[in-house]
Amino acid sequence: MAISGLAISDRRLAGEMPATLARVTAEQWLDAARRVHETGGRLVALWGADRRDDGGAFSIHAAYAGSDGLAILELPVAEEEETYPDLSAIFPCAARMQRAVHDLLGLVAQGAADLRPWLRHGAWRANEFPLRREFDPEAYRANAFEAYPFVRVAGDGVHEIPVGPIHAGVIEPGHFRFSVVGEKVLRLEERFGFAHKGIDRRFADFTVAEGYRLAGRCCGDSTVAYAWAYAQAAEALLEVAAPPRAKWLRGLMLEAERIANHLGDLGALGNDGGFGFALAQFSRLREDWLRLCDEAFGHRLMMDRVVPGGVAADVGDAIRASIAARSEAIEREARTLRDIFDEHSGLQDRFITAGRVTPETARLLGLIGLAGRASGQALDLRVDFPAEPYTRLAVKKAGHAGGDVAARVRVRFEELLESLRLVREIAASLPEGATRVELPHPAAGAFGVGWVEGWRGEVLVAIEAGEGGRIRRAHAHDPSWQNWPVVEHAIMGNIVPDFPLINKSFNLAYSGTDG
Amino acid sequence: MIPILLKILRTGVVTEKAPAAREEWRTRAAEIDAQILRLLGRALVIREVDAGSCNACELEVNALANPYYNIEGMGIKLTASPRHADLLLVTGPVAKNMEEPLRAAYEAMPAPKLVVALGDCAKDGGIFGASYATCGGASKVLPVDVTVPGCPPPPLAILEGILAAVALRKP
Ligand code: SF4
Repeated sequence: MAISGLAISDRRLAGEMPATLARVTAEQWLDAARRVHETGGRLVALWGADRRDDGGAFSIHAAYAGSDGLAILELPVAEEEETYPDLSAIFPCAARMQRAVHDLLGLVAQGAADLRPWLRHGAWRANEFPLRREFDPEAYRANAFEAYPFVRVAGDGVHEIPVGPIHAGVIEPGHFRFSVVGEKVLRLEERFGFAHKGIDRRFADFTVAEGYRLAGRCCGDSTVAYAWAYAQAAEALLEVAAPPRAKWLRGLMLEAERIANHLGDLGALGNDGGFGFALAQFSRLREDWLRLCDEAFGHRLMMDRVVPGGVAADVGDAIRASIAARSEAIEREARTLRDIFDEHSGLQDRFITAGRVTPETARLLGLIGLAGRASGQALDLRVDFPAEPYTRLAVKKAGHAGGDVAARVRVRFEELLESLRLVREIAASLPEGATRVELPHPAAGAFGVGWVEGWRGEVLVAIEAGEGGRIRRAHAHDPSWQNWPVVEHAIMGNIVPDFPLINKSFNLAYSGTDG
Repeated sequence: MIPILLKILRTGVVTEKAPAAREEWRTRAAEIDAQILRLLGRALVIREVDAGSCNACELEVNALANPYYNIEGMGIKLTASPRHADLLLVTGPVAKNMEEPLRAAYEAMPAPKLVVALGDCAKDGGIFGASYATCGGASKVLPVDVTVPGCPPPPLAILEGILAAVALRKP
C-alpha cells in the first residue's frame, strides 16, 4: 500500500496479497505511523530481527493495512543504539508487541509508557535476548519467576481477585487480575506469556518448505489460517503460485475451520449463559463436522493440509456430496437453534449489554476480526482483499454495531450460515487440476508475506529466507494481539461472574500471542 | 420452551439415525464404561492443565464432553480444583513459564495421583522441542504414568490413554 505524502521508495512484493516493502529512517517511521493513522489505516503486526550476521544491524518491522493493502516498513536499528520510536502513542495495540520485541530482541521503544516485560517471566535473564545470534539456549535452565508489578487500584473497599494462569476450565493459561468493589469490576489487567514456546526462534530450525508445520501450531484452533498465511508468504518469496484447485481447497478448509470454531463457541456461549442445552446441541454438531473434516482431509482439525505450493489433501465426488448434505443439515439445525437463542429471555438477559465495546472505542483501540465486526468495524480480508477463491465467491460481510456479547453471538450465527453456504459453493465449483506445485530453492534474503482472515481475525505471517533454504526469520501474528487489550475495557463496570461469558464471546488466543 | 423440547425430541431421532459411526462409538463407550467400573469402582476426576499447548489438544479434550463421547455419563469428570483430582492430564511441551504452576497443581492433588501426558508436545516437546522456553515434555517435570501420542490425539485415543493410566494403578 502507498502511504500518502510519504517520500519513501517502496517495492511491490510478489504474492497473492497486495503488499509493499520499504526501508525507512526513524523520522519516517513515526511520520508513516501518523499518516496511516490519519487516513484510517491500522497497525497489523510488529516484529524485530537480528541482521548483524548479514552485514546489517538490528531491524524493527511494522506492517500497516490501508485501503489498498499492506505496507511493511523496516527500520534499521544500530547495534549501539538499540532503540526505535514508540508507536503505542499512535496505535495503542503496539504497546504489548513492543514489550515482546524487547523481551526477545532487546530493542527499546523509546517514549513508550509501559516498559515492563511481557513474554519474559524469568526463564531468561533481563540482559539476554533469545532472538540475538549470540543467545545460548542451553545457558539458563530454571525459570526465576520474577515478580511482576501489576497496576494497583487504590480506594475504599477495593480488593483484587487474581485468576490463573491455570483456569477453571479446559482452556489456555493466562493471568487476570481484577480490581473490584463488591461484584463490580473497576479494572482488569491481563498478564500473559505463560504459553511462550520460543516459536520465533524455533522457525530458524526449519526450511522455508517445512516451516508451515510450525506455523500451523502457533494457535491450534486456527491451524488452517496460519498454514495458509505461511504458504502465501513462502509462495511470495519463492515467486510461485499454488494451482487453482489448491486455492479452492484452501478456501474450503478455511471455511470448514470457521464453521467448527463458531459451532464450538456458540455452544460454549450458551453454556456460559446458563443454557446447557446449547452446549449439548452445538458440541454434537461440531463433532459431526469434525468427523466429516477427518473423512475429507485426513485430520479432524486439518493440520498440515495447507502446504507451500498447494495442499496435501484432495476431495473426491463422494466427499463433495457429503459436504453439501452435511452443511445443509447443520444449517437447518443452526437456524432452529438461533430462533431458540433469540427467544430465550434468560439467555438474552445475560447477552444483551454484557461486555459492550462501542464502535467508537473499537475504532480507537483497533479492535479487529470477528469481535471488531460486532462493534461496527467492517473489516474482512475475504471481502476487502480477496484472494482466490474469494474473488469468485461474493462473501457477505457480517456486521453489527451493538458491541456486546449478544452482537458477538449474532455475528457468529451470521458467519456460520455464510460459511456453510460457502463450503457448498466451493465444493460444487472446485476447478480440476493439480493440487500442488514443486517448490524452487529460495534465494537468501528473499522476503514474503501472507495475510489471511481466520475465524478470529486476520493472521499475518512474514518470512525471510536464509542460506541453504532455511528460514532466517519468520514471524506469525495473531489478531488477539489487537483484541486482548480491548477485553480489559469490555469488562469494566460489569460484574465478575459475567467475565467468563464476556471473555468467551471474544474467545481470543493465548498461545497465538505468547508465541 | 416448546421449541427447546421439540429440538431435544427431534435431536434424539437424528442421533438414532447415524448408525455407522454411532454403533462403533457406542460399543467402545460401553466397553470403556465397564472398564472404568471394574478398574475404579467409582468415578474418575481429572484436572487438565495446559502447560503451553497450541490449544488443539484442549479442543479434543473438550470434545470428550460432547454427546457422542459423553464422558460425564461414564463417571469421568473434569474438575477445576486439583484437590479433587485423581488424574492430571497435561498438554503442551511445558513452557518454562508454566513449569511452576504445573508443579503446584500436581502438588495440590491428593495421593495417589496419576499423570497422563497428552499429545506429542507433552510426550517430548513435539514440534517445539526442548528450548530456552520449553522443558521438552511433561516427564521433564513430573512422574508421567502414560503418554498419549498424536497431534492432537483424537478424543477416543485420549480416553484410551486415561484408561491405560487408571489400569496401571489397580493392584
Ligand atoms: S501435540 Fe500438537 S495439538 Fe497438542 S499441543 Fe502440541 S502441537 Fe498442539
